[in-house]
Amino acid sequence: MNLFIEQSLNGLQYGAFLFLLASGLTLIFGIMGVINLTHGTFYMIGAYIGALVFGSTGSFFAAIVAAMVGAGLYGVLVESTVIRWLYDRDHLYQVLATFGLILFTNEATTIIVGRSPIFMNIPGFLHGSFMLLPNLAYPYMRLSLIITGLLVALFLWVLVNHTRFGMLIRAGADDRQMVDALGVNMRLLFLSVFGLGAMLCGLAGTMAAPLLAVEIGMGERILITTFVVIIIGGVGSVRGAFVGAMLVGMVDSMGRAYAPQILSAILPASVADTLAAGLVSASIYVLMALVLLIWPYGLFPARS
Amino acid sequence: MMFKRNRFIGTGIIFLVVLFIAPLVLAQVGWHGGLSLFTRIVIYALAAVSLDLIIGYGGLVSFGHAMFFGTGGYVVAIIAFHTNTGQTLFGWEGSNSALILWPLALLVCAILGLITGYLALKTRGVQFIMITLAFAQMVYFVFVSLQYYGGDDGLMMDMRNTMPGINLRDPWTFYYLALGVLAIWVVFCRMVVNSRFGMVLQSLCQSEIRAVNLGINPVPFKLAAFVLSAVGTGLAGVLWANYAEFTTPDMVAWTKSGEFMAIVTVGGLGTLLGPIAGTVVFIGLEQILAMWTEHWMIVMGLALVLIALFGQRGILGRFLKGNPHD
Repeated sequence: MNLFIEQSLNGLQYGAFLFLLASGLTLIFGIMGVINLTHGTFYMIGAYIGALVFGSTGSFFAAIVAAMVGAGLYGVLVESTVIRWLYDRDHLYQVLATFGLILFTNEATTIIVGRSPIFMNIPGFLHGSFMLLPNLAYPYMRLSLIITGLLVALFLWVLVNHTRFGMLIRAGADDRQMVDALGVNMRLLFLSVFGLGAMLCGLAGTMAAPLLAVEIGMGERILITTFVVIIIGGVGSVRGAFVGAMLVGMVDSMGRAYAPQILSAILPASVADTLAAGLVSASIYVLMALVLLIWPYGLFPARS
Repeated sequence: MMFKRNRFIGTGIIFLVVLFIAPLVLAQVGWHGGLSLFTRIVIYALAAVSLDLIIGYGGLVSFGHAMFFGTGGYVVAIIAFHTNTGQTLFGWEGSNSALILWPLALLVCAILGLITGYLALKTRGVQFIMITLAFAQMVYFVFVSLQYYGGDDGLMMDMRNTMPGINLRDPWTFYYLALGVLAIWVVFCRMVVNSRFGMVLQSLCQSEIRAVNLGINPVPFKLAAFVLSAVGTGLAGVLWANYAEFTTPDMVAWTKSGEFMAIVTVGGLGTLLGPIAGTVVFIGLEQILAMWTEHWMIVMGLALVLIALFGQRGILGRFLKGNPHD
């Protein structure tokens, strides 16, 4: 039972983390119609800046602010130099350009900080574990990720549903030309959404940095999973991104906990372990394929 | 969609001649890496031409074509593994003959293409891009988790397949065989796109609603094109396994699918010959930049961005297809 609770929390934590990335990506995709492969790169940049700033200042708060500003600025730069010219082009060109940007940014990062991974310590006030049940402790660091994810979800819910900016985002996702024709500055709107998405990536990067190695290629690993999330949820929908992120997080962490046990009951241990790892990694793609076969536009499509 | 017929034939012949003599010239000037480089180019070009068949003519943007590349390679490598270690595969002692193995590998790719294509065609647009990616990722993790066949580390082939009368172990023979396969495949694809089938496929790409109203059921046409494309890409994988004598799950990585897409786009969509030019530029640039600096990816990345921004229709798009309003 404890394993189940712990894995549910891990699923929640992974889901919250994925939501930080997916919410921005789904807004960018929904409103601008751009396939942005650089989203994982913003996350990587955020993780690097966060880890480096935390290493030199020791302040977790400063690390988060620096990472969000840094990733946000890079996002703004990318939007205004590259993405802006690709809105009306075929998806293929967007994939090509952002694929090129990944190569460029990865190599530039290698030149600046080197190839060896950076490790970030868990900040002092997040050390230790929270006693959830008498014999079940859960690390504060992971708990803080869950809380951050929920706070961001709340923030985005208010932003999208109860502000003028959010109204424009929803309208833009629904019918871009009409919003444009009504005299809204679409350029500024796109730029802000893109910057916002990149900032959330920076936040996710810093929050995740103490839990894993900060290295080149970390962005691409998470990028594809993030795409799975927004496709499952339905592109353009923040609510969909939230549900998709939680689904993917749960499937992944439950699979990791139970698949090896189930498989080792029928297969020899040496085969079962690697097979289980492979099956779990593939499971989220199976989930996405199943969702798409039943709901071709995802669970909560923004555009009907 | 007027196809400039004479330009196509002329360009095709020029490409064939250039690819025929380029490795010879490079060997003459003393650079023996040239043959290996051009073998890679020809094999990648085969996959790129196949991908162009569905992206350029069918409007089906597959982000998962590396799964066929990898599957073709792995079928050959796995059977070679069984044959050479003496372990039977489902009671069959295996074989090294290309005439048996290659069609078998292509059959597996066709079946995989049929299943994934049938399911993927239930979606469209970006969902199609992502569902093909999802299938490729499933295949990727299957190969990663097959510890028996090397898992992450990949699977070595002890020797290349054998073909009566043709010595595949000789790198020159192998290169010209691959070039011949590419030439035949391009001619075949050209016949396909100009046939009634190809016309229907292109009409579906231009306006599916109109085509449907003319009484066409789109799915069989798109699916057939998808399977054909899968077989061509699988053949490239088979050749790659024989060239490298090594297969790894990286053959199915999503970045490989991205590379194929980039090559087709760089070369020019819907031109069949454009992807060949795209491959030469892409792999050639990679090779040259890698010799020049360790940080070649920074230049390669910028080059891709610039091509996407200013390349408009790829290297051969305008030349071979004319203006869109012709």
